[in-house]
Amino acid sequence: MDPRPLELRHLVKSYVRGAPNAVDGIDLTVEHGELFGLLGPNGAGKTTTVGIATTRVAPTSGSVRVNGIDVVADPARAKASLGVVTQFNTLDRACTVHENLVFHCRFFGASRRAALDRADELLERFRLTDRAGDMVFELSGGLAQRLQVARAIAHRPTIVFLDEPTAGLDPQSRIALWDVLGELRSDEGLTVVLTTHYMEEAEQFCDRVAIIDRGRILVSGTPEALKRQHGDLAIATLGFSDEESARRAAADLRGFGTVDEDGLTLRVATADGAGAVPGLVNAAGPGLRALALAEPSLETVFIALTGRELRE
Amino acid sequence: MSAQAGAVARVTYGRAFYGLMVRDARVLRREFVSFLLRTVMNPLLFVFVFTYVFPKIGRGLGGGASGGATFATVLVPGLIAVAVFFQGIAAVALPLATELGGTREIEDRLMAPLPIALVSFEKVVFSTFQSVLAAVVVFPLLYLIPAEPVSVHISSWPLLIAVVIMAGLLAGFLGLLLGTVVQPRQIGLIFSLVVVPITFLGCVYYPWQTLSAIPWLKVLTLANPLVYVSEGLRAAMTPSIPHMPVPVVLAALVAITGGLGWLSTRSFIRRVTD
Repeated sequence: MDPRPLELRHLVKSYVRGAPNAVDGIDLTVEHGELFGLLGPNGAGKTTTVGIATTRVAPTSGSVRVNGIDVVADPARAKASLGVVTQFNTLDRACTVHENLVFHCRFFGASRRAALDRADELLERFRLTDRAGDMVFELSGGLAQRLQVARAIAHRPTIVFLDEPTAGLDPQSRIALWDVLGELRSDEGLTVVLTTHYMEEAEQFCDRVAIIDRGRILVSGTPEALKRQHGDLAIATLGFSDEESARRAAADLRGFGTVDEDGLTLRVATADGAGAVPGLVNAAGPGLRALALAEPSLETVFIALTGRELRE
Repeated sequence: MSAQAGAVARVTYGRAFYGLMVRDARVLRREFVSFLLRTVMNPLLFVFVFTYVFPKIGRGLGGGASGGATFATVLVPGLIAVAVFFQGIAAVALPLATELGGTREIEDRLMAPLPIALVSFEKVVFSTFQSVLAAVVVFPLLYLIPAEPVSVHISSWPLLIAVVIMAGLLAGFLGLLLGTVVQPRQIGLIFSLVVVPITFLGCVYYPWQTLSAIPWLKVLTLANPLVYVSEGLRAAMTPSIPHMPVPVVLAALVAITGGLGWLSTRSFIRRVTD
């Protein structure tokens, strides 16, 4: 049988003895050509999981196979079949944009000619040709990110990992990144695994997601399925004219579900969905100035599963 | 099957290793002027002041204790040893401080398809190449600048080459160790605390045997790896000056290089893996 791009079995990572495990028994399978999202708050264990899958972090126990290759037993071969874009810019500062791509290809055994051709092709594809001779520290954040993605796929891996690829990018660069990933998937059948704490992005672009918290996978599936199964909570956000009214309303609103207080704003997680609106308005009293009801989303799924907001 | 897989792995490792060397060569070419200045400045000024200016103004140094050889002759192997040593340490430790520090760009090199130990070994091999280059660049200065006669007589080319290469490897491993155990911010401090004492107490400006006048120092300096490099080069280039026996020099260089190689590689692997 054709090996899966990524298989994690009972993966555990403990950095400090006695402290909670950073990764605490993760099982995960990613299928060919999928765009898979690991979702969770900062510190959930996403970066560690990607670190282990890409040979950069040694697991405490469990197994990781990338394209059927055991990454612990045979890291060099695993590295040849995967690409990685880390959270931080790891471009070679002593080299130009063009050289970053050329030398990367040569690390992976390409001849001089083949490396030059591949670099030119990638510069073209990632619209970096006019910056080819620049040193990489002259690049903006968005361009540096684009070059990192180009470099990650330069040796033609079949699976690429991106750790928080959109964090710190301006909206335009984000859109460009998603476009590039989409192209690579349709043209080359690339499998993509990425981590993010932006639920909207995950919902919009990922085929499947796993929601991860405190080192464990809480649920995984398509965004639609997760919303169907766990998204029955609607989040109502109520704005008040003054804190006194907000406080008074908070007490009365508890009958509808959990209430999260934040100054003039209250968030109520209610199982009744839109049907709860008249009751909410009634209970909120005369100080109510605004009410918004959030559709079920991965954000509400996360709140339903953990009782916490995703924001760090 | 496994033998075949092993052969494939060796080819892959070899090409990745070569790729890393090509990258380093490109960077060295780009920074060649600073490489030259870094290598040449110290020996140039030293030779100029002590073997050109001093004799001209009537202040001799060295003299009788060194078997009748001029101070300029004593300095040839010594300053080549320093150039090789300093270059080897700097060529590994300084870039490593950047790569491990703020930028974490070491991650990029670690993703090359070869074992981590070979990633660090490549740095040491390339720094050895730079060390040899430093020796070649420095030699003419030491030979041509002094106002007093310099008598160099290469007794054994194989010995000379062996000592220079081993000194390069040794210094590269020392640079690797310093670069991985020291906080990147403090790498400059390490040069003052480690490299400067090693240089001054490395039998660079005087043969080891002349230290008989200060027995405790004569024993203490045996812990300094640079001593064996200086003495080995003395044996190879200026055999008329008293020097340690060649087998002792070679045995010490092999042992220290092996020990530092093991220690520094382990330190590097620990530093880059969690």
